Amino acid sequence: MIAHDFDYYRPDTMKEAYGIYQKLSAMDKSPAYYAGGSEVITMSRAGSILPGAVVDLKAIPECTYMGFADEGLMIGACVTLSAIAESKLFPMLGTAVSRIADHTNQCRITLGGNVCGTIIYRESVLPLLLTDCSVYLWGANGERRVPIKDVFHQRVMLKKGEFITRFAIDQKWLGVPYIHVKKTKNEKIDYPLLTLVALLEGGDIRMAFSGLCEFPFRSSRIEDTLNGPDCTISEKAERITHQLPGPCLDNLDGSAEYRAFVLKNTVYKVLQKFKEMPNGRI
Amino acid sequence: MVEYKGKCVIDLQVNGETRTATVRPSDVLLDVLREQFGLTGAKPGCKNGDCGACTVLMDGWPVKSCLVLAVEAAGHAVTTIEGLQNVPLQKAFVDCEAFQCGYCTSGFLMVCHSLMTQHPDARESVIEDWLQANLCRCTGYSEIRNALRTVLPD
Repeated sequence: MIAHDFDYYRPDTMKEAYGIYQKLSAMDKSPAYYAGGSEVITMSRAGSILPGAVVDLKAIPECTYMGFADEGLMIGACVTLSAIAESKLFPMLGTAVSRIADHTNQCRITLGGNVCGTIIYRESVLPLLLTDCSVYLWGANGERRVPIKDVFHQRVMLKKGEFITRFAIDQKWLGVPYIHVKKTKNEKIDYPLLTLVALLEGGDIRMAFSGLCEFPFRSSRIEDTLNGPDCTISEKAERITHQLPGPCLDNLDGSAEYRAFVLKNTVYKVLQKFKEMPNGRI
Repeated sequence: MVEYKGKCVIDLQVNGETRTATVRPSDVLLDVLREQFGLTGAKPGCKNGDCGACTVLMDGWPVKSCLVLAVEAAGHAVTTIEGLQNVPLQKAFVDCEAFQCGYCTSGFLMVCHSLMTQHPDARESVIEDWLQANLCRCTGYSEIRNALRTVLPD
């Protein structure tokens, strides 16, 4: 049971959603955008957030569409993780989202909700970072399209009231060779000790991580090391453990030292696999 | 735009019938099913989306009813364990002794029923993925899986 009351709005258009959010904000209602509801409901029940209103985005056609357009594959922010996996349109993303929570929760959790979530792992963003996807945002001046690297720095950076409507992924990325590895402490369904997604494009490796730092990331410094010609696979795997963009997580799931150990060994195995691929040149 | 403010009256399609409830917009579906409709087959367990004891189907797909607002369910077909009448899966659970204390059983039945409907040709890895959404503290997992296997085509 959620102890406090909130109002519920389900707009039909992006403009309507932004408008009601602004109106509710002006009334000091502390509105929250709402999609799958997992975080809003659990955090409201715990009393860690107290929204006076929720604005459900699931009736907005742009937010629920998944299919192809001129820009490539369009995935609405309110498309569920299970729908993405079942569609098989973007296998790398489908694989990554299939390891977030459990299957029944994947039928509710949305792509936009996971990317914008407060849980630090946000593993669905890894394939989006690797493929330089575009993010469509709706705000004061209507819809704008921005590269994901301009709006995602450790977490999504949105202006007040702005919301993600959809993601656009260039078709050239949909079939590239990729490797996804998720390591957990014990159970298959758990937060990651390390989630690594890597792809091979034109002989170069791109790699993104979750579970290592307090945010998911892709690092040009690490990719320079991975693709540099001047050392062995073993040396590259060792070197990147010293190139993380923040302190390594150190908690009950795994110490910082252990996570670095897991990282080194996982990267070593991934680089070996890529080396065996036809276009690998590591 | 749909709006619900304060106490409001909603119609829900539950097990093929239209049911009316007076709810707060922050009421979760689990509480409305149990307290207003008397459909106590969906069980409150963790109430945090972890255990799966409260699983029901929305438009044929499993959801944890503790993580769905009742007002969200308006316009969708909700199926609870009370809506499953003499399906072969239930007999398979009995025949395979796929329950002990029984508290998790309705949630498992709903997940299994949805899997049979959505993926009648499910491979072992798909079965594993779907069943991992529910917990059985009596740890009768292998019996539950066996029961499901007996009703899936070879």
